Amino acid sequence: MSIVPAPLLRFYHRMASPPHFYSFTDKLLPWFVVIFVLLVVAGLYGGLYLAPTDYQQGDSYRIIYIHVPAAWMSLFIYVVMAISGAIGLIWRMKIADVVAISSAPIGASFTLIALVTGSLWGKPMWGTWWVWDARLTSELILLFLYLGVISLYGAIEDKRTASRAVSILALVGVVNIPIIHYSVEWWNTLHQGPTVAKMGKPSMHIDMLIPLLLMATAFKFYYAIAMMLAAKVELLSREQNSQWVKKIVEEKS
Amino acid sequence: MSLSTAFFAVIRRDLILAFRRRAEIANPVFFFILVVTLFPLGVGANPKLLQAIAPGIIWVSALLAVMLSLDSLFRSDFDDGSLEQMLLSSHPLTVLVFAKIVAHWLVTGLPLLVVAPLLAIFLGLPEQAWGTLMLTLVLATPVLSLIGSIGVSLTIGLRRGGMILSLLVLPLYVPVLIFASNAVDMASNGLAVDPQINILIAVFFMSVVLAPLPAAAAIKMSIT
Repeated sequence: MSIVPAPLLRFYHRMASPPHFYSFTDKLLPWFVVIFVLLVVAGLYGGLYLAPTDYQQGDSYRIIYIHVPAAWMSLFIYVVMAISGAIGLIWRMKIADVVAISSAPIGASFTLIALVTGSLWGKPMWGTWWVWDARLTSELILLFLYLGVISLYGAIEDKRTASRAVSILALVGVVNIPIIHYSVEWWNTLHQGPTVAKMGKPSMHIDMLIPLLLMATAFKFYYAIAMMLAAKVELLSREQNSQWVKKIVEEKS
Repeated sequence: MSLSTAFFAVIRRDLILAFRRRAEIANPVFFFILVVTLFPLGVGANPKLLQAIAPGIIWVSALLAVMLSLDSLFRSDFDDGSLEQMLLSSHPLTVLVFAKIVAHWLVTGLPLLVVAPLLAIFLGLPEQAWGTLMLTLVLATPVLSLIGSIGVSLTIGLRRGGMILSLLVLPLYVPVLIFASNAVDMASNGLAVDPQINILIAVFFMSVVLAPLPAAAAIKMSIT
């Protein structure tokens, strides 16, 4: 007896087949786009219009609705990449490889967005564009990890080998991320740093929190959409000699 | 042949090979000295400033020296097919890779230890920090070789792997750099460094156990 229910297992195995994955994502995409648009409109309306002005930071805190979800996504996507990389390594599942590598540029973009918005937020709040704060630094290193994955994938000609290399690297990275994070945090607290007034952790008002969670969910859906689109292209180019791709091309033309 | 015989045979072989190409052993050391020499020229010869940034300079230079020497870890064996033979042998590749890393550290990491006191004098590092400097080098340069071996084995099949190697390996070196240079810094101010040293010991043992696994997996991937 397996602990995983049979329908779920069947679904998992069917997703391993590229044509099935392709047509399944085709069906899924419009729904995801609708949900994403609804969530993002609701989240932005709630965040930029309904949420009260912060008594300390004024309106400039509202960048949080982009900054924090992006930062969450940057870590989430790295973990997704490592997990699907591990699945690809262990079960030699093509789709998992494709998902892993399609996630990398999206994760890197989210990391960059988190860094840039954080810097924009830091200017009025801390009075400087950049502080060697623990979180900023580990986010920057995360960006380098993403760039390493992307450039390693680009450098290896054979895409199946490249996928395995990327998976190994992502797994090594995932072991290291907590170590890097805590070492950076410790480094900063030890050094004491320039005494920039750090924001205290105000418990968030519920009217501010709900839009934030909406935006975080919206970003998850955005990631799913972007990843599926990228994965489809990657699949088509990898499987260009197979019958099902030929069929799709003939249908389209 | 038993596993331990194979392990020591690989180390012996790599040491003999390195000894026959002595000039290559000296290169990372010269690089280390040279980079450290560049800093006073770049930031000015103010003794106070140099003393303050000495731990960082020495550690960043050591890190770069180890990274540049990484290519020699598997390069010649990959080119002449010895690595393939190791893969085919009845012993687990992980252990043989670990042996190669040990040999590599003896050839490139150990000489750094020998010249480190000289550089400490150059930069005016207080004498009370010398012991800590040596201790961090003993503990952390093997970690650099171990983590680096993962990066090299991923890029060994590439023609221009050098730049990518640095992109892969340097972010992973961050914790080592932080704790090692921080320990030296604290020691030069006369403070206790036990926590940093303990963490470096933990990192050392963790990478001894864990790093050869992905390195061996990546070599299998690069060869096939």
